[in-house]
Amino acid sequence: MNLKDVTIKSLRRAIVSREISAVEVCRAALERIERRADLNAFITVTADAALERAEAIDRAADAGKELPQLAGAIIAVKDNLVMRGVRTTAGSRILFDYKPPYTATAIERLESAGAIIIGKTNLDEFAMGSSTENSAYGPVKNPWDVTRVPGGSSGGSAVAVAAGMVVAALGSDTGGSIRQPASLCGVVGLKPTYGRVSRYGLIAFGSSLDQIGPFANCVEDAAQVLTVIAGRDPMDSTSSNVATDDYIAAIEGDVRGLRVGVPREYYGEGLDAEVKEKVEAAINKLEELGAAIVDVSLPHTEYAVPVYYLIATAEASSNLARYDGVRYGFRAEEARTLREMYSRTREEGFGAEVKRRIMLGTYALSAGYYDAYYGKAQKVRSLVERDFRNAFDVCDVIATPTSPTPAFRLGEKANDPLEMYLSDIYTITANLAGVPGLSLPVGLSSSGLPVGLQLIGRHFDEATLARAAHNLELALGADFKPLRLNDEG
Amino acid sequence: MPVTKTDVEKIAELARLELTPEETRSFTEQLSAILGYIEKLNELDTSEVEPMSHCPTASGDAEYARRDDIVRPGLGQTLATENAPDAEAGYFKVPKVIGG
Repeated sequence: MNLKDVTIKSLRRAIVSREISAVEVCRAALERIERRADLNAFITVTADAALERAEAIDRAADAGKELPQLAGAIIAVKDNLVMRGVRTTAGSRILFDYKPPYTATAIERLESAGAIIIGKTNLDEFAMGSSTENSAYGPVKNPWDVTRVPGGSSGGSAVAVAAGMVVAALGSDTGGSIRQPASLCGVVGLKPTYGRVSRYGLIAFGSSLDQIGPFANCVEDAAQVLTVIAGRDPMDSTSSNVATDDYIAAIEGDVRGLRVGVPREYYGEGLDAEVKEKVEAAINKLEELGAAIVDVSLPHTEYAVPVYYLIATAEASSNLARYDGVRYGFRAEEARTLREMYSRTREEGFGAEVKRRIMLGTYALSAGYYDAYYGKAQKVRSLVERDFRNAFDVCDVIATPTSPTPAFRLGEKANDPLEMYLSDIYTITANLAGVPGLSLPVGLSSSGLPVGLQLIGRHFDEATLARAAHNLELALGADFKPLRLNDEG
Repeated sequence: MPVTKTDVEKIAELARLELTPEETRSFTEQLSAILGYIEKLNELDTSEVEPMSHCPTASGDAEYARRDDIVRPGLGQTLATENAPDAEAGYFKVPKVIGG
């Protein structure tokens, strides 16, 4: 059984009618994870707990009980989301044996809705990266071409969905870490509005930017997951009181009269010609469906990457100060003083990219440089946000490429941090402004690699994003076929 | 403005990172390149712009979320020290802080 052939809804229906058991579904998922262990998508597989939950669902189904919305949905979660008693590493050596005493709200809500959490997925250490090569547990490989990266930092979650190991997965997105790997792996990835999903239990990276969201094979499944995880949580003061929408119902409407903004700044230098062609074809499709295409401008786009790498690293340097070898995780041996223990623990526990960002962030916040770097970045961030407000005066959604290129080769950008940072050039702006963004696969390049379209919406307007994406997904049905792995004929 | 080896050593000290000589060398080079790129922000006049420290999470009728300030149970010493590399009797143990 391939989990790419089912939706969350069809799977639940099949379990309710006893056509298939949740245990069979769970076993099939575990078998696929095992068979494609070479992709390195998972850091920890929670097989026993998953099978137990599947048995409980089967018992409820046998007893004729009403099953919850996500009953039997096999879901993976990025390993920077904590789960009580389950090793949570954040892809770092410094948390190699951390067993959290509590569970993230998003995971709790999935489980309450009947989902079966099957494991913790691989990621760039502390979600810092765009290729999932910066993991202390080895790089993740792209199932479309195993010599290429899956994108990052939620590479393991994207691959688990793309390779049919799970029906959906959770990731986190600070500068594109859901949308960019979704694009490179040919799946749907949604970063909700800042504040839409509780971050209680998400290991913090850049607190003014981080957001949790779903990966899925179709927009409907992403909407199913969002419906469950969205909404206010007293445990996260940044989770919003703004009412949630019925995202599943929202996808049903058409796009006639929808104003789709195309920002010229996203189609210039650095954009791969084939990506441009596929994205423009998808936008034309939206026009054929009745949407109105309008030119918009986001003039401060070119400043977004430098703003992001000051703000995200400054916040990271502060958030990562807690890893000091005292309360959890790794501690360097034989330090004579407390000070030496801190420095050696952090030196041995963190990988190169994490150290680089801590250094940059510490520099940006240090006396004498704060105003010139961090303060300046916060001001330019206001200008980036203002760009979006102005654009949304004349359009309802914004359509751009998700990533400037299809998946690049493993190792290709590993030694050039700046080059790697530029692969997030189209996704970073939504985090800076706090608006939601969704990546949808819209075609394959001539070398057979997926290309993603990004739709960006107004604050808290995930409903419009999902509706536009679902219409496009149906219209493009013939142009984009999800991955069929060689081993499944 | 290029970053010097002395700058990198000072920042590493602030960040509590005991860098190897090789890391100090490569970070000096890389941070200079990254900060050189970041200089781009100085093209913009932001003298009239307010800094943005967070994204809005309130909108329309919804206000910023607060919860009542009620005392609730915490983790407790046993759970809180369970993951510690070294703990004893509900306390975290660390190397000597003063003297030595």
